[in-house]
Amino acid sequence: MIRYVLKRILMMIPVLLAVSFVVYFLMDLAPGDIVMQLAPTDATAEQIEQLRKDLGLDGPLLTRYFRYVGNLLKGDLGQSLSQNRPVMELFMDRFPATVKLAVGSLIVAIGISFPLGIAAATHHRSWLDGSSMVTAMIGVSMPSFWLGLLLIMLFASKLNLLPSGGDSGFLSLILPAITLGANQAGSLTRTVRSSMLDVIRQDYLRTARAKGVSEKQVIRKHALKNALIPILTVLGSTLGNALGGSVTVEAVFAWPGVGRLTVSAINNRDMTLATGCIIMFTLMLNLTLLAVDIAYAFVDPRIRARYSK
Amino acid sequence: MSEKDIVLDLQNLRVRFETEDGIVYAVNGLDMKLEKGKAIGLVGETGAGKTTTALALLRLVPDPPGVVECDKLELNGQDVLNMGIHDLEKVRGKDISMIFQDPMTALNPVFTVGEQIAESIFLHEKCTYAEAQQRAVEMLELVGIPGERANEYPHQFSGGMKQRVVIAIALACHPQLLIADEPTTALDVTIQAQVLDLMKNLRKQYQTSLIMITHDLGIVADICDEVAVMYAGTIVEKGTLEDVFNHTKHPYTEGLFNSLPNINDRKAMLTPIKGLMPDPTNLPEGCPFHPRCPYADEDCKKPQVVRNISDSHYVRCGAYDRPGFHIERKER
Amino acid sequence: MDNNTTKRKYSVEELKKYKKRSMWAEVWRNFKKNRTAMVGLFIVIALVIIAVFSHFYYDYAADIVHQELKDRFQKPSAEHWFGTDSFGRDVFTRIVYGAQYSLSVGIVAVAISCALGTTLGVIAGFYGGVTENIILRVCEVFVGIPSVLLGIAIMAAFGQSIVVLMFAIGLVYVPMYCRTARAAVLPVRGEEYIEAARIAGVGDFGIMFKHILPNSLSPIIVQITMGVASGILTASSLSFLGLGVPLPSPEWGAMLSEGRAYIRDYGYLTIFPGLAIMITVLAFNLMGDGLRDALDPKLKQ
Repeated sequence: MIRYVLKRILMMIPVLLAVSFVVYFLMDLAPGDIVMQLAPTDATAEQIEQLRKDLGLDGPLLTRYFRYVGNLLKGDLGQSLSQNRPVMELFMDRFPATVKLAVGSLIVAIGISFPLGIAAATHHRSWLDGSSMVTAMIGVSMPSFWLGLLLIMLFASKLNLLPSGGDSGFLSLILPAITLGANQAGSLTRTVRSSMLDVIRQDYLRTARAKGVSEKQVIRKHALKNALIPILTVLGSTLGNALGGSVTVEAVFAWPGVGRLTVSAINNRDMTLATGCIIMFTLMLNLTLLAVDIAYAFVDPRIRARYSK
Repeated sequence: MSEKDIVLDLQNLRVRFETEDGIVYAVNGLDMKLEKGKAIGLVGETGAGKTTTALALLRLVPDPPGVVECDKLELNGQDVLNMGIHDLEKVRGKDISMIFQDPMTALNPVFTVGEQIAESIFLHEKCTYAEAQQRAVEMLELVGIPGERANEYPHQFSGGMKQRVVIAIALACHPQLLIADEPTTALDVTIQAQVLDLMKNLRKQYQTSLIMITHDLGIVADICDEVAVMYAGTIVEKGTLEDVFNHTKHPYTEGLFNSLPNINDRKAMLTPIKGLMPDPTNLPEGCPFHPRCPYADEDCKKPQVVRNISDSHYVRCGAYDRPGFHIERKER
Repeated sequence: MDNNTTKRKYSVEELKKYKKRSMWAEVWRNFKKNRTAMVGLFIVIALVIIAVFSHFYYDYAADIVHQELKDRFQKPSAEHWFGTDSFGRDVFTRIVYGAQYSLSVGIVAVAISCALGTTLGVIAGFYGGVTENIILRVCEVFVGIPSVLLGIAIMAAFGQSIVVLMFAIGLVYVPMYCRTARAAVLPVRGEEYIEAARIAGVGDFGIMFKHILPNSLSPIIVQITMGVASGILTASSLSFLGLGVPLPSPEWGAMLSEGRAYIRDYGYLTIFPGLAIMITVLAFNLMGDGLRDALDPKLKQ
């Protein structure tokens, strides 16, 4: 098991390097030059060249990239050019807010999708099934920034109940978490339903009923635990993506998360900050997926057996 | 025979499935009475309604699409038919339990076998969960599996072992009535015999009544006291082993025997029953067997009544109204 | 059964045609039974008609971007169904005209990602080994980057225009098609008719695209319909962030972003464009969902 985890972590390194290359390359293609922005307006050509050298931005793309990767492999994400602070520091400043939002949205998503998906599956083909599937589909189809704005209109502007933006304690988390969570709940509900439907037909549920297990327990204990594998997969990628910061939701609610940090880095052509942030996302995503794979082992003894081999 | 000794009293059971493609008449007026400690074999082809009957006894027929109707369903004098779901859950697994056909799929893959046996005990007996687990280990040993394997998961067991576990679950609370739905069909022949022996011994030990569902007449002869032959959702002939095996009355039963290979004459041709089971959405009128029956005449299209041959033996065949009618199979 | 019809001999060509038609007829029959899917299909058809006709009916300069400052911020009325925006432009007209942006971006992006992704996926599934490994690893890299951020980076690199937007979104979803196509090809790979085709001398590409791909189409078709939906959603997100279709084009996401500034007093400026996005995306999703069920009846049982 530990060997498996180590192997997976080692396998992330080439992915992270490749991601860094893709982003670095794209950022280099982008028109606009951060050096020109940073240099004083009356700087001479020599001064600009000197500044470029000081920032480590001279030379051809590959030279600069390898210089960057060299530092990266030492664990140094570099210095943000636009804000003149270490990238890691900037990222970690914003990360707690992103985690808060990600966890909050996940709680909302689970709270909606599990009851709805299970009810739909146990009442297969009834009106309940049909209407919860349409509801889920609407959740998937709704642009999250729109839902966010609607919620602001209702709860912040009209009713004046909740703050419309910023991170100022629990109340300010409610609307962003609902916005992001509703979106995630859509796909999660569908997954819960379909994997429950697969399980509900299994013979072992009949065995459990024949034992005298109550219907509630049959569903909650016997069926749900078996249905959990595909649900965990979706849950993992949902959480992983949310940890990458939902850019639009953060933009709507002026949420001080890493998503907005990255967007502003891209817009400012701050390539160290942008590349660094995206590398961190990829790391978060991969770590979440790994956590999900480990969680599989706790749910399903057959997978546990495979890992230990 | 006093009324107290009747474990199961089932009258006029009817089960149909209302599907998009029509109504499937799975069980059509089935009566069954079973005494304490006795075993009855429920024999018939695939699709005769045997499993549906079994599920109906536990009230486990999926609804929808299943609709179950019945005049009387008593277990040990308790009216199971009109029981609330809560009481029903107390009966299932405690008074009546079932062994399912396919041990490969009957066990929950994410719980240990010990947990699965203990769950039944914990639900029905007044004991702590630790005691239930202890008894689960004892049950495992009783069915011939080392107790330390209680912490293993179903995927670590072979098919025959899994069926032993299923049996252990079914017998964990010493039920009055055990329904075994083709318990050995999915197993290798050598394992079959072991599992059957195990069931025979345990049944003797606990005085459990048994409904053995099978299409294997050999198993019936080995284990049962009585036989009921089912065809298209009704019992066409019922009697003791002696009655049915040696004084066969129904043409369908005769057909079943004729299609068995004869161990004494290995060169003899098998005589299959011609035709197929009728479409359960569109059963023939009168005797459902008449389209395949070599003795059939016009009267067979009328509703059939039960004809008692003896106290223990009856047949549902109108041909016996004809003077001197007998089937060709020689009575031995 | 009617014996006369079965006795008639069919030519091979006729049989082929019959077989093909009957498969799609079966899919259509299943699809028709699904009421929500039919609603989706109906909306999609209506949207396509609206997009095409509005393109020719309205004059871009006079009707869509022309500013009439004296008419600004009029609430929805009989004259301006969805009201007017901060420049006095009619919101309804702009939304109707905007359909072509969302649809074309969604459809072209999917065409790009589907063509590229499916080809890579089929190659990966067909050849296996090192080729497969390389393709899958590259996919993994792109999946690792959140789609909106990757889209933003691509938009930043190549400049803001509708064509770049199409390519940006197209590229973002390549891995999805690649994985779907590969997964669909894998079980077909070992089938006997593939061996038979090879023995008959069909080349690798012939086998891949004539023999394997048609037998793996179902999941790809479903992915395409759902892909249009997510493509439209991503495009509108980018436009909302100011990185999609450049202003003053009436792209729905961009309109929403403009209207956001007036959310307190003129909420309709955000409500209607968002509603348009949602209905469009929902229609494609419902259609894709129905197609999935229709193509694979086993799933529904």
